[in-house]
Amino acid sequence: MTLLGVEGIVKNYGGIQALRNCTMNFQEGAINGLIGPNGSGKTTLFNVMTGYETPDSGKVTFRGKDITNSTPDEVFAAGIGRTFQLTRIFPRLTVIENVHIAAQRKGLVAQMRQWSQPDERARALESLDFVGLTKLSREPAGSLSYGQQKLLEFAFIMVAEPKVMLLDEPAGGVNPTLLKHLGGRIKELNKTGVTFIIVEHDMEFVMGICDQVSVMHQGSALIEGKPEIVRNDPAVLEAYLGTDMTEVN
Amino acid sequence: MLTLSGVFAGYGGGDILRGVDLTVEKGSITCVVGPNGAGKSTLLKVVSGLLAPRLGSVTFQGESIAGKSPQAILKGGIVQVMQARSLFPDLTVRENIELGAFLINDQKIVQQRFNEILDQFPMVKDRLKDKAGSLSGGQQRTVEFARALMLDPALVVLDEPSMGLEPKAAAAMYGYVRQMREQGRTVLLVEQNVRAGLGLATHGVVLEAGRVRLTGTGKEILENPQMKVLYLGGSTQQEDA
Amino acid sequence: MSTDTTISQRPTPPSYEVPKVIRFGALAVGFLVLVLFPLVFNNPTISTIGVFAMIFLMAVTGWNIFSGYTGYIALGHAVFFGIGQYATAMLASYWQIPPGWETFLLIPVSMFLAGLAAIPIGLIVLRVRKHTFIVLTIALMFIFQLFAYNLRGWTGGSQGLEVSQPPWDGSIFNLPYYYVGLFLAIVAIISSFMIRRSKFGLSLLAIRDDEDRARSLGINTRNSKLTAFVISAIFLGAAGCMYAMFVGSVYPQFSFDPAFDLELSIMAFAGGLGTILGPSLGALIISGAQQYFLITFGGANVFLIVYGALFILILRLLPGGVVPAISDKWRSHVVRKEQRILDSELEGPAEAGAHK
Repeated sequence: MTLLGVEGIVKNYGGIQALRNCTMNFQEGAINGLIGPNGSGKTTLFNVMTGYETPDSGKVTFRGKDITNSTPDEVFAAGIGRTFQLTRIFPRLTVIENVHIAAQRKGLVAQMRQWSQPDERARALESLDFVGLTKLSREPAGSLSYGQQKLLEFAFIMVAEPKVMLLDEPAGGVNPTLLKHLGGRIKELNKTGVTFIIVEHDMEFVMGICDQVSVMHQGSALIEGKPEIVRNDPAVLEAYLGTDMTEVN
Repeated sequence: MLTLSGVFAGYGGGDILRGVDLTVEKGSITCVVGPNGAGKSTLLKVVSGLLAPRLGSVTFQGESIAGKSPQAILKGGIVQVMQARSLFPDLTVRENIELGAFLINDQKIVQQRFNEILDQFPMVKDRLKDKAGSLSGGQQRTVEFARALMLDPALVVLDEPSMGLEPKAAAAMYGYVRQMREQGRTVLLVEQNVRAGLGLATHGVVLEAGRVRLTGTGKEILENPQMKVLYLGGSTQQEDA
Repeated sequence: MSTDTTISQRPTPPSYEVPKVIRFGALAVGFLVLVLFPLVFNNPTISTIGVFAMIFLMAVTGWNIFSGYTGYIALGHAVFFGIGQYATAMLASYWQIPPGWETFLLIPVSMFLAGLAAIPIGLIVLRVRKHTFIVLTIALMFIFQLFAYNLRGWTGGSQGLEVSQPPWDGSIFNLPYYYVGLFLAIVAIISSFMIRRSKFGLSLLAIRDDEDRARSLGINTRNSKLTAFVISAIFLGAAGCMYAMFVGSVYPQFSFDPAFDLELSIMAFAGGLGTILGPSLGALIISGAQQYFLITFGGANVFLIVYGALFILILRLLPGGVVPAISDKWRSHVVRKEQRILDSELEGPAEAGAHK
């Protein structure tokens, strides 16, 4: 069943057409992969879906509801969380503060209480522990290395507990062994019902984890289907993977 | 060509590098791998002069470069391509590349180098007049490589050259790295795509918690069972699928 | 699944925070100094400096709650300072409040009115982002200045309004103002502290670092910014009331003064923008110095040069402000201590297996 869908999305920047009549459907409860060459519009599509940009035309639907013109906070309130290709964390706050920001609280009075409450702290530490950043809890997030910031972003998105997670290149700059653990966590969360849409270039990672893969090319969808099918599709090989999909050696 | 000895360095919050001893052979492609936070980018910054070591020595072609300014190190023949995108988005591709030769005053040399580089990176030729910000990730990386070579460096330092690039573009980058070696340059790179990086490299270095854990040929490190499990993503086959 | 080996296994960094003992000690000493100040320096000229220092202290701390925490530098908060002044002068005469202790009851009234005014004003100016925001706040302040000049029936126009002075003896005249001012300043500092400790405060800082990112994590940035805006206005209203009572006269150019916000921001920056105590320290140092130079060098305007030089010196030596400079120095001290320990450990028997 389609959970999140885009229909006929067009987005231009000056002379450049980033998204051209783009129509795609992402399945509920699945780990969806989104791949394609640099410049094919993947991040722009994420921006449009999460309210950071409005399309020139077209529609974005979530559970059948039109969310095309929603703002980032409305999108989040609907249950969609995302990470960014160039990590967006809060650099002047400490690592633990960053994670606590994502912990949701309801009600005005609750906002005025201390930010470090025991149950939230436990979740924050669990999340940090998973990505291995516990020892750095009190360091300003801006002093972390690039890969560590990526992990921090993953950690706080987990704490926010969205129903849908849009991950923009979660593997970039992340050590391979740690990446395996992230993959494991994604699968665990998926079993509890979280839907994923993952933009990635790391083919081994994508093929190993995704139930569905969509390929973008020059601003629109090229093909959608099971990983094995997509991986061997001649058009995809031509446009993106190169005729030899194995790593250069 | 390049030797680090007992190097301690950090950013004011404690040492990231805690006694690094490393030798980079002339004409090699040396790839540094390791967990996140090990100090790989910091190591590169010490080499290119963006960070002065607190202790220890760094020698390049026999001369000490520890603590020298980035300009002096550039003039000495070391150029780094940063991990993050570093082109000036509103300048054209040509302007970006020419800026690589900022330290050279002789315009004739600059133009000559520029033309040589265009031959090496044909893809750049078509996009010379375009604003650098309008290029795709792989194209920008290529321009960054071209720019780096304008100073004709003896040592090229690359921080995660294939990061964020699609497979085809990443393969092209590795092709350029081999090309640099063929030109007689030495390359020092950091790569999280360890299979590709160590496969490309002649020498490998495993860095962890600010120290060198292991050195050897790329192949040796890639196949070292302990390293595999600890830092390199487990086995290269789908054994544990 | 354990990720023990997959992220770099460095030793846990030591705590870089200045130890609680030192912090509480310094606070206690500071508090005592401020309480005893006018009693020790019995001279009315000196205690006048103290009163102005207290007024600025509460104003800057209030200003920092909004601008320091959210990063939206407001250069029109003089609006609320002016509202506090005019409300005090107008109500004192309208309600025929006898000069003396009863006038102090206007403080909560001024705070309330300033806060109330901040709601519609905030709703207008907070619709725009940081750079446009600054310009808008300045424009708004000039609009209020024009009102003050032109609504002569209410505000006395350029003649201004008077607030009758209490018939207290010269030698102790300043003391009530000083201590009430100190009390309000402490309330402001405690509020700042409690906000910083709360989830609300964390939201403000998140807005400062990356507003859209904050929105995408569920923070209602519009409400958060407006709340901080109103709270800061309340303290500026209090400062305005104190100022009107102490100085005794209210004029448009001094109530809605473009330089006022610049002074506030300078004090906050000098002390440490966005910290809890930084703005207070900045207020004490700068307003103290300002008043002192005014008195010593006074008429020749030489004081402006000295004052400017002092400011440049502070920014040069302590770029982030006094409080961050102290934190940094402490951090360097801790780091150096650690390094000395590690270096001496390494000088011991050579580490086996450091590299092949």
